[in-house]
Amino acid sequence: MFPFRIPIRDWISSAVDFLVSEFGAVFDGFSAFVYFLVDNLKDGMLALHPVILIVLIAALTWYMAGWKNSIFAVIGLLLTENIGLWQAFVETLSLVLTAEILVMVVGLPIGIYAAKNDRFNSVIRPILDFMQTMPAFVYLIPAVMFFGLGLVPGVVATFVFALPPLIRLTNLGIRQVPKELIEAADAFGATDMQKLMKVQIPVAKVTIMAGVNQSIMLGLSMVVIAAMIGAGGLGEDVLRGIQRLQVGQGFEAGLVVVILAIILDRITAGFGQRKSPAEK
Amino acid sequence: MEEKIVVKNLFKIFGKHPEKAIKALKDGKSKEEILADYKQVVGVQDASFTVHKKEIFVLMGLSGSGKSTLQRLINRLHEPTSGEIIIDGQDITKLSQKELREFRRKHFCGMVFQNFAILPHRTVLGNVEFGLELQGVDKEKRQKKAMEVIEQVGLKGNEESYPDQLSGGMQQRVGLARGLTVDADIMIMDEAFSALDPLIRTQMQDELLELQDKLQKTILFVTHDLDEAFRLGDRIAIMKDGRIIQIGTAEEIVSKPANDYVRAFVENMDRAAVLTAGSVMQPVKENAFPGDGPRTILRKIRKNGLTGILMIDTKRQLKGYIRAAELAEYINKNKDKEKIPFDDSLIKEITSVKKDTPLNEVFNIYTDHEYGPIAVEDEKNRVVGVIVKGTIIAALSESSEGVNNEQ
Repeated sequence: MFPFRIPIRDWISSAVDFLVSEFGAVFDGFSAFVYFLVDNLKDGMLALHPVILIVLIAALTWYMAGWKNSIFAVIGLLLTENIGLWQAFVETLSLVLTAEILVMVVGLPIGIYAAKNDRFNSVIRPILDFMQTMPAFVYLIPAVMFFGLGLVPGVVATFVFALPPLIRLTNLGIRQVPKELIEAADAFGATDMQKLMKVQIPVAKVTIMAGVNQSIMLGLSMVVIAAMIGAGGLGEDVLRGIQRLQVGQGFEAGLVVVILAIILDRITAGFGQRKSPAEK
Repeated sequence: MEEKIVVKNLFKIFGKHPEKAIKALKDGKSKEEILADYKQVVGVQDASFTVHKKEIFVLMGLSGSGKSTLQRLINRLHEPTSGEIIIDGQDITKLSQKELREFRRKHFCGMVFQNFAILPHRTVLGNVEFGLELQGVDKEKRQKKAMEVIEQVGLKGNEESYPDQLSGGMQQRVGLARGLTVDADIMIMDEAFSALDPLIRTQMQDELLELQDKLQKTILFVTHDLDEAFRLGDRIAIMKDGRIIQIGTAEEIVSKPANDYVRAFVENMDRAAVLTAGSVMQPVKENAFPGDGPRTILRKIRKNGLTGILMIDTKRQLKGYIRAAELAEYINKNKDKEKIPFDDSLIKEITSVKKDTPLNEVFNIYTDHEYGPIAVEDEKNRVVGVIVKGTIIAALSESSEGVNNEQ
């Protein structure tokens, strides 16, 4: 139909090549930083006896989400240890947590700025749509090119995939703060920073925490995909199960992913609903 | 009276080309025409008024009349398009954002909103101390002040509650307390009681008036409810289409409505609740002094064609009322005497009311009143006038007839 072909593939490839060759040092630095985070988190958790970590997680679950969820966490984690997936569990947990920390560091400011600036919001909206609808596998290629194989590209791919919901829900939450509350703060002579810290973020907290919750869930859904580029953890066990048709082994790893998902979901969902005492 | 807020020729146009709209307004175009021709929304047009220190000034109008917009111009939550807003001698339209923030902290007790607008994540105490917290007052000091105000507005014991645990009336007390905690003297209240049910509303109005007696703030109160406007307002500005069409006391507005719109508004008002004893009383033409002889008193009565006379001492304090018939009878009985001594039993006690007593209360007193008139006294208990039955009826019927005649 056309005498020519629009060379999207060439553009993207040469852009990636350009970035890799020109900014290699930047990517290496970032890679080292991320690796440092994940690795320390993982080693720290593995240094603890499983029982201690189980008690800590159970205590946090109890505090955030009540004793029923806490009992579930204890049973689920003991089961994980019992079927020999403890190390993989900790690896996946540290990958997801690291990705989530990055998501929060990047996503919250972007979400807040998008809420305050309509033009910026209209620019990032299609980008977010793009990020969310693009099949997750596609992120693996540039991630590998920039960061090689292993944990770091897994974190980066997870980060990219999990970022949009936090930005969206932070933006939404701050926009939904009733106009009168802002007017009230203005009428008392609040600065922009005071308005943000004392009114907008606290009032939007439930929605923002829903964003955190959503992005953690999306991050977990990337676990298996990230394992394809050597991110390790539970995903690797699932993949191995698929590749070798070991249904039982794959199922076990999948089950532990679900247990982890439920625990993280309950903890973060509890965060949003808790009432904090007045700011001290 | 000292001026607190002076507003001169204030305009607010919403839209991208306000100058076109202002020009069109000056050419006499209406709000609707400007919306249709230029797509500019006229919020407030050419508002000029003065709010005195320590008065409750009410902006009254239906929705879309521009009353809330005008109110938000006063603390620059909306930026004025043109005009001056002079508060304590300073034109606040010229302040930079930073200066404006300082000015708000010093001069405004924040704002009280129809839907309360208190922070859901903070306790009552946390909300009430909010204003001082923004100013960086240290915690102990601001909480002490907040607790004082919490007690003042009747929230004591609730300071640790969260807003969603409180009724509407209580939530609005929090809103009120939050404003009062700040050491400033202009209070802005936007339909503050409109969301409350009628009983609580009346109660809150009373409490506001009571607080105002003590605190003496300058209050700018917006409402769509004429009863509320008349009840609270020392003076009322009635607005329509972004324009102020009449400013005056409740009595001035009821007795001399500026145009048909205002007249239609006040038509359904309970006149007796608005008119006061002072506005319908008649001056005391002649009175008896203690020490006047009976014949002298009777002469005074006859000369003025009265049925009785008030006895008032030289300090204008009321002593009582003497009926002509009884006095005449007494004189008749003692007519043989050269000099008739005055008999104190002739002095009958009568009721007195204050000048600002609403007419409906006077009317209630009157129905079971035995003797002639009701004395009207000023705030220092000096007699300034009298009301007789005919006066009340005349006042009520005259004003309503006035309306009927116009139609």
